[in-house]
Amino acid sequence: MNTDKQNIKKNSSKSIRISGAEAVIRSLLEEEANLVYGYPGGAIMPIYDELYKFQDKLHHVLTRHEQGATHAAQGYARTSGKVGVALATSGPGATNLVTGIADAQIDSTPMVCITGQVASNLLGSDAFQETDIIGISTPVTKWNYQITKASEIPEIMAKAFYIARSGRPGPVLIDITKDAQFEELDYSYKKCTGIRSYRPYPELSVDSLKKAVLLIEQAKKPFIVWGQGVILGRAEEEFKAFVEKSGIPAAWTILGLSALPTDHSSNRGMVGMHGNYAPNLLTNECDLLIAIGMRFDDRVTGSLNTYAKQAKVIHMELDPAEVNKNVHADVALIADCKISLKEITNRISNRKYPQWIDRFDELDAIENEKVIDGDLNPTKPGLTMGEAIQMINKHTNGDAIIVTDVGQHQMVACRYAKFNQSKSNVTSGGLGTMGFALPAAIGAKMGASEREVVAIIGDGGYQMTIQELGTIFQQKTAVKIVVLNNGFLGMVRQWQQLFFDKRYASTEMVNPDFVTIAKGYQLEANRVSKREDLDQAVKKMIDSDKPYFLEVCVEKEANVFPMIPTGASVSDIRLE
Amino acid sequence: MEKKNYTISVYSENNIGLLNRISAIFLKRHINLESFSTSESEIPNVFRFVIVVNIDSEKVRKIVQQIEKQIDVIKAYYHTDEETIFQENALYKVKSSSLFEERQIQNIIKDSHATIVTVSPEFFVIEKTGFREDTEKLRKNLAPYGLLQFVRSGRISVSKAKMGISELLNTFKNNN
Repeated sequence: MNTDKQNIKKNSSKSIRISGAEAVIRSLLEEEANLVYGYPGGAIMPIYDELYKFQDKLHHVLTRHEQGATHAAQGYARTSGKVGVALATSGPGATNLVTGIADAQIDSTPMVCITGQVASNLLGSDAFQETDIIGISTPVTKWNYQITKASEIPEIMAKAFYIARSGRPGPVLIDITKDAQFEELDYSYKKCTGIRSYRPYPELSVDSLKKAVLLIEQAKKPFIVWGQGVILGRAEEEFKAFVEKSGIPAAWTILGLSALPTDHSSNRGMVGMHGNYAPNLLTNECDLLIAIGMRFDDRVTGSLNTYAKQAKVIHMELDPAEVNKNVHADVALIADCKISLKEITNRISNRKYPQWIDRFDELDAIENEKVIDGDLNPTKPGLTMGEAIQMINKHTNGDAIIVTDVGQHQMVACRYAKFNQSKSNVTSGGLGTMGFALPAAIGAKMGASEREVVAIIGDGGYQMTIQELGTIFQQKTAVKIVVLNNGFLGMVRQWQQLFFDKRYASTEMVNPDFVTIAKGYQLEANRVSKREDLDQAVKKMIDSDKPYFLEVCVEKEANVFPMIPTGASVSDIRLE
Repeated sequence: MEKKNYTISVYSENNIGLLNRISAIFLKRHINLESFSTSESEIPNVFRFVIVVNIDSEKVRKIVQQIEKQIDVIKAYYHTDEETIFQENALYKVKSSSLFEERQIQNIIKDSHATIVTVSPEFFVIEKTGFREDTEKLRKNLAPYGLLQFVRSGRISVSKAKMGISELLNTFKNNN
């Protein structure tokens, strides 16, 4: 039983004579990467040849474009908590990875990309499909390295995985020349456990911890904003314990979503540009802001000149470069939040802030009346994005992984989707990559195959990576695809309406028949445009155990509110 | 905020591509480098970049955080001019004939405490180490006599305060 794995384990202790390409595959297996996404081509063919030999141990998913491979690897990483792997050839194969790499960099997603490169004697000669992918990817990778000798492969692969997953995770690119893939080496594998110039887990300062506890104990109106750091740090339990013991109301950034169940009494919603009314407004009323695993992105803070100026700030963050970058921290707890949350919870007392919580409730009531009620219980005939999300909640009970693209549907989905467990929200936050969702959903499903995965996508972003329907078809990946079709690049159109006097420059889309296209890939497909049909249509989709496409035709010119206009203060949040 | 010269010192591993990574940090923020030099440091296999930028204190702090974040960077520091001892080195190539024909040129060399590195029938080369003002003054003084070539190095600098890289590396060794 399981002799292959044992063989590999055994082999890692003494060296064997193999090709560089085989060393790449064996290294992947050592790092428990038995699922990779990619697209073959000339400069990476030796590695693909080894994939053929190892296909019983390592599953390769052929995406329809290299960008799809990166987003699938990201989706996989986000739901499984493991490192996603993408393979591509040199030149255009490598450059097609760049968007996904940049996305993974800004959203701290652990990913290792392996690119083939022209033979080392051709480097710099403008050879066929040669591109300087090391130079190109440098600003958007946590680390990258070009291998020109097979003997470097095991050590560099071990380093790549270690760097990608440790500390604040991120993408690593390894570029391997074709001759290094063919060349033989004496292979043995040793996992990387440390690099002398790299300190992924700074030690928590007890002094700062004491100061933070003091600030918390003194606060009358404390407020927590948490981000993805809670999820990446696998600190959901510690976070929940902190929130419950401290009694402090908490709100999330878009990437922090799902770390605490949506219906948890301390969960006060989303902060930021299209976040909830109460948490945005009260950011500027609280006397203590506790930021956990987040980086004060401009979409969260609005104008920094007016952001939480009245409050003391405790910033719990793993990456020292994020501390005092955008918002001054009165106390910085630079450490793994799993540790700092536990330590802080142990030192604080049980508290309740009834009057302060009332403020949230009051503002929630206003938002409910002015925004939410109209979104979820519309009286006009056109379907709203909100009611589509609400219907998905009804049929998934909040147990699904929701993958979103970028734009209006993303904001609406994040505002209204229900989540019961962590690692359930997969979206492109920092980079705002349209086209992310469809391929990311493939990876998300493969990373958590027992769970329901619903991709919610706009008609614009869907067409940026629509070819990945081919991957879904070939792999039989049972993702549920919901396109909220308003015939517009809705978020840009909303801005044109609000800030450019309704000059709808190139935002209206003349769309193909999406149902026919899905059927072309032999997916079950359906379209719904009437309110009375929505319930059944969503039910049928969720009941299916196969990949399924549902187009929901929604109101063409609806807007997402609340909204903080770019550069405005969080206090200037608009409800209409 | 007031802009001034900051000397950024980066201790790093000697890996291909790190230079690109560091310069990308400045590029992304649209910051021009006043001077840049790199060499091996006092510790074997540890390299040291010395970068001079003219920016405000908050920017330099954030940039140093970003540099330090790079995997191959051991530690980065920044200092004002007052906190460092720094020098630049310049070479001046002048026609040999002018050395003999123009008496004044000999006085210029003498007064500037410059050294003559080499003399050939066609040209001679002067070397001057000092502050920017010193090397610049010599350039201006020599210009009328026909400077064939002039080149100035980036700033090299040591801090007055201790940096303690060896101790830092030792603690890593003990931790790993």
